[in-house]
Amino acid sequence: MRCGPEGVPQLKRAIRVAIPFIVAALVASACGGAGTGGTKPAVTIGSTNFSEQLVLGELYSQILEANGYTVTRKFNLGAREIVFPALQSGQIDMEADYLATLLAFVDKTATGSTDPKQTLVTLQKALTSKGVTVLDYAPAVDQNGFVVTKATADRLKLVKLSDLAPVGNQLVLGGPAECPNREFCALGLKTKYGITFKDFKALDTGGPLTVQALVGGQIDVGLLFTSDATIAVRGFVLLDDDKQLQLSDNIAPVVRNDYLTKAGDDFKKIINSIAPKLTTAELTGMNKLVEVDKQDPKDVAKAWLKKQGLIK
Amino acid sequence: MTEDEPLIRWDWIASHLDEFAFRLGEHVELTVIAVGVGFVIAFALSLLILRAPRTEGPITAVTGTLYTIPSLALFALLIPYTGLTVVTAEIGLVSYTLLILVRNIVRGIRGVPADVREAAVGMGYAPNEVLWRIELPLALAVIIAGVRLATISTIGLVTVTSLIGQGGFGFLILIGIQRFFTTELIAGAVLSVVLAIVADALLVLLQRRLTPWARVA
Amino acid sequence: MTLLADVVRWFADPAHYHGSDAVQTRILEHVEVSGLAVLVGVLIALPVGMYLGHTGRFGFVAVNVANIGRAIPSLAAIALAIPIAGTLLGVANGLGFWPTFLALVPLAIPPVLTNAYVAVRGVDSDVTEAARGMGLGEAGILRVIEVPLALPLILAGIRTAAVNVVATATLGALVAFGGLGRYIVDGLALQEYDRLFAGALLVALLAIAVEVAFGTFERAAVSPGIRVQQGAL
Repeated sequence: MRCGPEGVPQLKRAIRVAIPFIVAALVASACGGAGTGGTKPAVTIGSTNFSEQLVLGELYSQILEANGYTVTRKFNLGAREIVFPALQSGQIDMEADYLATLLAFVDKTATGSTDPKQTLVTLQKALTSKGVTVLDYAPAVDQNGFVVTKATADRLKLVKLSDLAPVGNQLVLGGPAECPNREFCALGLKTKYGITFKDFKALDTGGPLTVQALVGGQIDVGLLFTSDATIAVRGFVLLDDDKQLQLSDNIAPVVRNDYLTKAGDDFKKIINSIAPKLTTAELTGMNKLVEVDKQDPKDVAKAWLKKQGLIK
Repeated sequence: MTEDEPLIRWDWIASHLDEFAFRLGEHVELTVIAVGVGFVIAFALSLLILRAPRTEGPITAVTGTLYTIPSLALFALLIPYTGLTVVTAEIGLVSYTLLILVRNIVRGIRGVPADVREAAVGMGYAPNEVLWRIELPLALAVIIAGVRLATISTIGLVTVTSLIGQGGFGFLILIGIQRFFTTELIAGAVLSVVLAIVADALLVLLQRRLTPWARVA
Repeated sequence: MTLLADVVRWFADPAHYHGSDAVQTRILEHVEVSGLAVLVGVLIALPVGMYLGHTGRFGFVAVNVANIGRAIPSLAAIALAIPIAGTLLGVANGLGFWPTFLALVPLAIPPVLTNAYVAVRGVDSDVTEAARGMGLGEAGILRVIEVPLALPLILAGIRTAAVNVVATATLGALVAFGGLGRYIVDGLALQEYDRLFAGALLVALLAIAVEVAFGTFERAAVSPGIRVQQGAL
């Protein structure tokens, strides 16, 4: 006699209960990237991993959304070493970058300049083979800044970067992991200023770890970004770039060519409307709201776009 | 950390409930897919082990080794092949569930007393029916214990996927770290733990419903 | 596969054995923080777990502590350890070793506590009754009966804790700690996959070494009579 125990209907019920959940989850994830083409194709905007990038990413995302575009945000992916390949491979369609630093990243032999117009031309030449276009740049500049605590500055009489050359070998530099390889970071400090540090500590990209390490004395010199409000708030001393290691790092959006072809001129006009209004002061102001006052990048971006009359 | 920054800003938490809901959705989605797919694969592997005991050594070695690879490394190594996508996260997450699930499914089925199995065969059950109608139901408690463990581990690991661009509560943790914003960081951590506790409780309830005979104790 | 060739080349490069980022330095740092965290975790969890198992109280908590412990996202724990370390030990110690250590100890506690509880609890009450009848006091019972019988499961708990800690210590690199996690985090940031893979490989090997070491220790420490009784585990 084939009598089954109670186990069978229980087991089948369990499977029947679980399947809809799994299917629902799969469907939900598949439906995430919807958005038809037409004249306003869906766009994916990426960003690297520091808070200013979140603000810039939100500026582009929100102005496009206000104009009827469907935007997928892929923020906080990592350093440019991860984000730029993502742009090239099509995982993201655009991101905000900095003229001179991007140029050095894309073409190590190219020479940027302190004139943003010139840097833009050289950059676009280097980007063409990568299928990417750089749009209008903003007056806002964000460069690598090297800071020390006031105590260190007073002790060693540090005002400009050249002052570090004689004492570098007693000091520890802290910054993002990429720093030793970057022309605008430790590498350039060595070649242009002749500064060799005692040691290097990989921390974060001009973020709280670097700030904490400066305060706690684990590092003597830290890399922070010149548009970072923390420098003023903490009373750090930003050493002057007297030999002009940093070049024109104006903010500019970079977009994949195949997306631009799909999208047309309307897209470019919308994005380019941000650049003229974005000055260094405005950018630093937004950074302060996010980093010091802990407001959300989303809210800060929205408020700014409204104030500038770019969205309603 | 600015000295005057309080540990938790309750007003921020109150105003960000919709953000929490959004991240909850991402977190649950990543977890359900990982445990679901992991279970299917683990089940297949377990059947293989039960039919061909010699495969147990190699299978345990592989799933065990996957388990020792630090999660961040596993995700990072997949990036060049599968990109900064959900797939990358899922491949990693699924790998970590396999050891626990295979171990528990095999142990559960092997734990069924031999006389019960013999009685079933004696009653005329085909080997297939013995598995589905006798062994699995009786092994259910141990199997679900494995699913609980796998689910809780996965919920914790999903937070690490924020380092490769995925979301869930790990996003709050990461941004909280980058902004030195303890409220956001703590919110992400607490929500993740609460989710694990709730998931565990739900699975225990499921187990109780599916094994009514076990309640007679 | 070129990645494998790159990794082999990375290991063969003598430059990677000099300076503050040297392989042996990183391994040592990793072992240091892991070992210390497991030690402190055991010192806290073992007595508590055994006591609870012996008296049989708070069983529900003891058994579920392991589950909750797994659920705490290590990333958050390490990040939160920064201000805690800073406040307790001064700002100079707020990064690197101390936050990593502080975050790893709570990770080591749950498996040790739960296993100790279950192990001592699981000692057959007939045996302890007989021992009491023979005149053995509570402490004596714990020492002569319960601990030897509970040893396999306790050691398994410590082994689990150690492997978890070794794997998680890699996240310490995100708060300026060194250790093998440095290779993984820096390798990811710099997209240097040979470094990343080398770091992951070293951590996996370390974890496996810990497993094997414990396995050997367990075999040596557990009395043969008990091993026979419990079957090959």
